[in-house]
Amino acid sequence: MNAARKLACVVLLAVCAVSLAADWLAPSGYAKQFREVPSSPPSRQHLLGTDEIGRDRFARVLYGTRISLVLAPAAALVSTLLAALVGGLAGYLGGIWLRIATSFTDLFLSLPWLFLLIAVRALLPLNVSPLSSVLITFFILGLLGWAASARVLSASADSLRNSDFVLQAQASGLHGPRLFFVHVLPNLKPILYAQFWISIPVFILSEANLGILGLGVAEPLPSWGSLLRELEGLVSFREEPWRLVPLVLLIVVLTSFQLVLSNNEEVTA
Amino acid sequence: MLWRIARHLAAIAGIVLLGGLLSATLVRLAPGFDTDERAFDPSLNAESVHALREARAGEHNILRFYAAYLRGALHGDLGTSHALGQPVQNLLRERWPVTLRVAGIGLLLGWLLAAALAFSACLWRRTAYDLFGTTLSGAFLCIPAAVLALLSVILNAPGYLAIALIVFPKIYRYARNLLGKAYALPHITAARAKGLGEIRILLWHVLPVVAPQTIALAGITVSIALGASIPIESLCGLPGIGQLAWQAALARDLPLLVNVTVLVTLVTLLANSGADVMIHMLRPREA
Amino acid sequence: MNGRRAFSELVPAKDSYTRVILSGAATSRSEVAAESKDPYFTRNASKDSPVPRGFLLLLLCLALLAAAAYAQGGGELRFCLRNEPKTFDPLLVDDDSSLSIRYLTGGVLVRANRKTQQLEPELAESWRLSKDGKQITFKLRHGVLFSDGTPFSADDVAYTMQRLMDPNLHSSTGDAFRSGTGAVTTLKLGPDQITVIFPAPIVELDALFDQVAIMSAHSPKKEGAVLGPFLVAEYKAGSSVLLKRNPNYWKKDAHGHRLPYLDSIHLDIQPNRDVEMLRFKRGELDLINVLDSDYFDKLASTSPQLVHDAGASLDADFLWFNQVASAPIPPYKRAWFRSTNFRRAVSEAINRADLSRIVYNGHAQPAVGPVSPANKFWFNSRLHPEAHNPDAALKRLQADGFHLQDGTLKDKDGNAVEFSIVTNASSKPRERMAVLMQEDLGKIGIKVNVVTLDFPSLLERISQKFNYEAAILGFRNVDLDPSGQMNIWLSSAENHAWNPQQKSPETAWEAEIDKLMRAQASASDPKKRKQSFDRVQEIVYEQAPFIYLVNQDALSAVSTSVEGANPVILHPQTFWNAERLTLNANTRASR
Repeated sequence: MNAARKLACVVLLAVCAVSLAADWLAPSGYAKQFREVPSSPPSRQHLLGTDEIGRDRFARVLYGTRISLVLAPAAALVSTLLAALVGGLAGYLGGIWLRIATSFTDLFLSLPWLFLLIAVRALLPLNVSPLSSVLITFFILGLLGWAASARVLSASADSLRNSDFVLQAQASGLHGPRLFFVHVLPNLKPILYAQFWISIPVFILSEANLGILGLGVAEPLPSWGSLLRELEGLVSFREEPWRLVPLVLLIVVLTSFQLVLSNNEEVTA
Repeated sequence: MLWRIARHLAAIAGIVLLGGLLSATLVRLAPGFDTDERAFDPSLNAESVHALREARAGEHNILRFYAAYLRGALHGDLGTSHALGQPVQNLLRERWPVTLRVAGIGLLLGWLLAAALAFSACLWRRTAYDLFGTTLSGAFLCIPAAVLALLSVILNAPGYLAIALIVFPKIYRYARNLLGKAYALPHITAARAKGLGEIRILLWHVLPVVAPQTIALAGITVSIALGASIPIESLCGLPGIGQLAWQAALARDLPLLVNVTVLVTLVTLLANSGADVMIHMLRPREA
Repeated sequence: MNGRRAFSELVPAKDSYTRVILSGAATSRSEVAAESKDPYFTRNASKDSPVPRGFLLLLLCLALLAAAAYAQGGGELRFCLRNEPKTFDPLLVDDDSSLSIRYLTGGVLVRANRKTQQLEPELAESWRLSKDGKQITFKLRHGVLFSDGTPFSADDVAYTMQRLMDPNLHSSTGDAFRSGTGAVTTLKLGPDQITVIFPAPIVELDALFDQVAIMSAHSPKKEGAVLGPFLVAEYKAGSSVLLKRNPNYWKKDAHGHRLPYLDSIHLDIQPNRDVEMLRFKRGELDLINVLDSDYFDKLASTSPQLVHDAGASLDADFLWFNQVASAPIPPYKRAWFRSTNFRRAVSEAINRADLSRIVYNGHAQPAVGPVSPANKFWFNSRLHPEAHNPDAALKRLQADGFHLQDGTLKDKDGNAVEFSIVTNASSKPRERMAVLMQEDLGKIGIKVNVVTLDFPSLLERISQKFNYEAAILGFRNVDLDPSGQMNIWLSSAENHAWNPQQKSPETAWEAEIDKLMRAQASASDPKKRKQSFDRVQEIVYEQAPFIYLVNQDALSAVSTSVEGANPVILHPQTFWNAERLTLNANTRASR
């Protein structure tokens, strides 16, 4: 455990603690509209200013952190596990399984999933609570996001299948699931970590984009994604730098995640 | 070898056909397929509204539509776009060079940037430098594609730069982790202990280990770059396939969407299958 | 209103527009008709001169300036179209971009001046209407050539009308002329005189010709041969349209210079407003026809000379509740939505002043009803925007058996009042208004869920599946005259959004609206028509089937490189006088 990792741990804990303490730190709440001061710059009352309809940005960042920090990694976990299962197994089993899995993955990669999401929205009732709507969204994202890394994983597992140590293990009588879980899966870790780490921000952003389809976090609940989307209309970043805070926070949290999770042998060696 | 390529091609053809059908089905089943904004114009009388609705009757049964589409495609007729009112083949012909250039250069730049950062991070082995790479790629991963596109418009930067910056962090993460893992392998640590030069270690020991995954990754990044070209082309006003796909999706333009999906599937598959074939060619023949 | 505009996707897109039916024209015509003993009356610009003298002087000055500029070549004007033009056939035009192109390339017999809102002669030197409103006779201009050199004659008018009225064409321009069954005939009285005869009377017949771009009967180039100031020189699908000046355009300025002054107009197809704004700021674009209020203020703070607020436009956004009997919503909710008190209470609970101040940065006015106050003739000035009054709203609700219980509003059977508002995701202002109303209604104990949908899904919900509770969309209300609104207010109409296609009116007030709308369509006296439509506006106010929110201002931006611009509230706001626009010398030199 080196200094950087310790620091990362501290940052993550601090972010979690602050977002959990949102009720005390931002007592006005994320939905209260201070209609007299829309789009205001930071002040003592509003540490990060207010958004277009006068809601306290600081409160929105804190409450948004709660949602995104829990749900995005959870969705990333789902997609990573799916990728490990499909890609890893296909590569490990090889032959016809590998071919079927790769074909399926390729097909999956090129379909216009946008329309599936639109259809999903049509199946849900309109009066769905903001929280369940965001849960569903992240779950779907998790289910759809596995294909690219499964493709890389299957190539990796395929080459492992023929590697010396797997052959050795097979020779010493290790077979089936045990061989897969003990020898193959651990060797796929770097790719799985990469997939997990990449998915988090990708899902956070996708969630915001799904707001367009009526999925995603419903107003007035905030999420990092919807906070980041505020940047889109911002042509000049110099004029209102405080609006970049959600972006900076996301980058800091992600970097910390990466540092804490990575089994970076070099750094620890 | 030939047998392998032939098998790949057959599989590709099958998947492309299936992909076209599935995407047509998805579009057909999505709500809003049947609506036409023009039907809400009150100066149109009931007959005209009826005629508008009838115009798309041929698309209601998706199997029949797809059969008709395939029959047309065999004769070189890919149908006519509803939204743009032009034959689809003309649209594709006009636009693919733009996407090829933008996505191609973007992909190349993204790979160069990612590879350079990942290699140097592994060679240098400085925590601070590694942290820099992590943060930089993390930052670009967090910026919405629309913001990157707007920034490239503000700075008058070419569209491929935005695509490079979208693709780069994804490649970097995989590459960095793969290389880190490879450098930690016992025989490479041993080679280092023996005092072999870094370049030699890289070329002789590291690259062969990471080659399969890297090539597979290369195949995947083609579809990532195509995906990134949708927001970038739309926002930067580049008339390529990505912009076309977005317009088609908004307008529920079935003939155009099916063709774009088929094209994207084809490119994705060719890239991935090409990667597969290369991986097999590189693999040492066992027995 | 024009329904497609009513459900138009982009909020401030006032470029959505089809017909301008001008009220002023109606009054002046009746005056002239009253004086005339002739069964026909003649209208001629020189006679009733609807153009104010000051305006003519201004035009003259501009023309002088422009004439000086013209000597050096006109240069290229650049701006954006927000959508792909769907057609270049002027008779099939039904979308905003095609409409803009038709305005710039098409030659019409009669033009509604977008500034004065009066009809002016163009290819027709004069025209006269029959008293029964079924016939119109045009006297055509001499010596006019199409852009390809083909001469213009009565044949072309006959051909255009014949094509336009072809029952298989199905265009909104054509359907506007279809008042009764039977064929439309044309009668050539000579090479430059023609009468068009309709089977039934048409209200505001002459104004409809503002939309009819004359096509050539003889030119092999079909719609490529035009009579307007510009012609389509190049079209890159999805990317850009290049218009070049029509060398044969007939109009000349006061100094005898041929119009237009500009050499060409480059239209980029760019749906993204942020990108449009950036490129305008960089000087790559000369105009923004419809400017968002956020950008208006940002631009105004640094360069106030670039932005124009032409005042309240004809557009309005409104909220409505689903009253369809067969809609898949719980019966107790339908009962709320069908209650006048419930709708009025919601209307009273909404703080419209906040909507316009916060969402539109003050560039909008609280709306009253289907007619914007900007529509001076047809607006019912006895009506005022519903005042924000939560207490009155609660009282109204109590009259219907609603009651507050622990801060939650419950109906008489104890159901908590909760509903969803759907709107289109592509419109930020509508989404923001929904969120503001969410809080407003929360104050009287109503829980609102805001759901944004992509536009096609939204249209399907509100027009086919009826699977929604409340919706916010906008009025592209650019018809000054209410005759274009029949398809909205008649209870049997398809665009009677809250409860369309009723076999017979389900409520007494809808029956009354039906009667009044039919009465105004058959009356020829504008005063009587106005009386009927005033009453319609009052009923709509009292019953609130549409809860009107705000009328947005017509905002636009014009670069300093453009001379002669004079933005108006009617489409095409900034380039309605494109034939007289010029670019300054610096800009021309740099292009």
